[in-house]
Amino acid sequence: MTSITLLGTTALLFDAPGETDLPTQQRIWALAREVETWPEVREAVPGMNNLMLVFARAPRHLAALEARLRDAWDAAVPLPREGRLVELPVTYGGDAGPHLADVVAHTGLTVDAIVALHTAPDYPVFALGSHPGYCYLGGMDPRITTPRRKVPVLSIPGGAVSIGGSQTGVSASTGPSGWNTIGSTTMCFFDPTRDPPALLRPGDTIRFRAERVIR
Amino acid sequence: MIEILSDTALATVQDLGRTGALNWGVGTSGAMDPLALAAGNILLGNGAGAAAIEVQVFPFLVRFAEPCAFALTGADCAASLDGRPLLPWCSAEAAAGQILRLGLPAAATWRASRAYLCLAGGIDVPAVLGSRSTQLRGAFGGHDGRALRQGDRLAAVAPGAGQRPTGLGAVPPAFCLPLSQDGLPAIRVLPAAEYDRYTAASRAAFWGEPWRITPQSDRYGYRLAGPTLTPSAPIELRSHGIVPGVIQVPHGGQPIVQMRDAQPSGGYPKIGTIIEADLWRLGQAPIGSRLRFVETDWETALAARDANEAWLANLARLADLRRIAT
Repeated sequence: MTSITLLGTTALLFDAPGETDLPTQQRIWALAREVETWPEVREAVPGMNNLMLVFARAPRHLAALEARLRDAWDAAVPLPREGRLVELPVTYGGDAGPHLADVVAHTGLTVDAIVALHTAPDYPVFALGSHPGYCYLGGMDPRITTPRRKVPVLSIPGGAVSIGGSQTGVSASTGPSGWNTIGSTTMCFFDPTRDPPALLRPGDTIRFRAERVIR
Repeated sequence: MIEILSDTALATVQDLGRTGALNWGVGTSGAMDPLALAAGNILLGNGAGAAAIEVQVFPFLVRFAEPCAFALTGADCAASLDGRPLLPWCSAEAAAGQILRLGLPAAATWRASRAYLCLAGGIDVPAVLGSRSTQLRGAFGGHDGRALRQGDRLAAVAPGAGQRPTGLGAVPPAFCLPLSQDGLPAIRVLPAAEYDRYTAASRAAFWGEPWRITPQSDRYGYRLAGPTLTPSAPIELRSHGIVPGVIQVPHGGQPIVQMRDAQPSGGYPKIGTIIEADLWRLGQAPIGSRLRFVETDWETALAARDANEAWLANLARLADLRRIAT
C-alpha cells in the first residue's frame, strides 16, 4: 500500500509500497517532476522510494491534494535517467572505519567478506539529502544490512563511507550521523559556487574500490 | 557597518530560511524564532526576507561604525546602547561609535534564549542558493558560512542617520500568543507516520509527561529527556525527507526534535511533527527547561498559523501608520 502521511503543516510524505528498487525510484522521479508543477507544492524531494512534498502554503483541504497525489502515482511511468559513473577509492576499517567491527558483529561476516560485498555493486544515486551533496544510493547487498546506531555519533568526517539499515552512502562533509562508518574516501561532493552545486545527481552511479583494508 | 566586540560564540546571520535547495541535500537553516525575526524587520520597515543576527550566547556586544537604525526582538536581554537601557522588541537608532550590549536573557519577563539584532535594510551578505542564512554544515551563506567571531565587521543594507522612524515597539508574542498546559509551555504536534507503531503506554507518556531540553541541544536539533518511547516492534525505515519540527525517536527511545539546521532527510522513526506555527516557541525554549507536547489537528494547526500571520499583519499595519505619521 502506498502511504501518505503528514510532516506537520510543512509537508506531506508519500511512500511507495514494496522493496526498495530502481524501477520504483524511476517512478518516484516521474512523480516528483509532475507534482513540483502544482501550485500547492514548493519543493518535491525524492527519498528512497518515497517523495516529500513541501507545501508552498499548507492547504485548507488535504483530502483533494492526497487524491491527486494517488492519481499521479498511478499514472507515473518510470523515468529513466542516464548518468555518469564515479569510482571512489576507499580505505576500509581502522580509524577510517571505526564501526566496521559493529557490522562484523551484526552480520557475522568477516571484514573481507563485508568489503567484497560492499565493493561488488554499481550503486545508482536514488536521491540527494542529509547534507549538501550527500547521495542516497540503491543496490546495497542486504547481507550487510546493519541497524542505525542506538545513539547518533556527534561528528563523522567528510568522506566517511557508512551503512545505515539497508543503505550505504558517503558523507560529503563533517557532521552528526546515526550510521555505521566502515571506511573513508576523498572527493568534493558539493560546491555552492558551482552550478549545479552538487557533484552527483539522481541517475548517476557510484562504484567503491577497496584501496586498502585495515583488519 | 557594525563590529562584533564580544568574544562570542554561535551567533549567526539568518533570514527566514533557504527554500528550493532540498534536492541538493541543503537544509533550510533560518531563524529559530521566525516570528521575532519577522517582527524586527517590520519594526524597521525592512523587507520580509531581510537577514539579521541571531544571538544565543550572551553577553553580546557590537560597535556601530556609522549611524544606523536597528531593532531588537526575541529574548529580553536587558539591552543597552552606551549604557542607556533599551526597551525589548523596539527599534532605535545608534550613532557612530556607540556600543550595543545584550546581557543575559531575563527569565522574569518571558523565558527565551535567542535575540535578534536587525539592521536597517538587513545584514548585507550575499544570498547563496537563494538565502542569506548561514548553512553551517555546508559552510556557506551568512557571514563566510560560519558563526560570527570577535572582530567581524558586518554592513547594513541601508545605514545612515534619520533614514527611518525608530522608537516603535511591539508586545512580544510570548504575551500575545501564550500557550501552556498544566503549568508548562505547550507545543502543538501532529502525529507522524510511525505514531501508531508505538506502544499505547509510550503514546500516553508522549502527551502526558513533561519533556526536558537537554544540554545536547542546538540549532540542529533538541535532544529531549523524559519517558522512554518504545515501538511495538523494531522500526527500520528508508531515508525520506524531513522538516524542522519533526520529532524522531532513535532506538534509545529519547526523542530528538529536528530544528532549523536539521538535515533535510533522515530515517529514524517519527512519532510526531511540531506544527510550523509553534516552531518559534521551541526555538526560544532554553536548555534545561521543560515543556509539554499537545496533540492537535489540521484545522487547529492552520488556525494557529492564521493567528501568527494576523499578529504580524497587525504589527505591519501599525508600523505603516507610524511611518505615515512621521
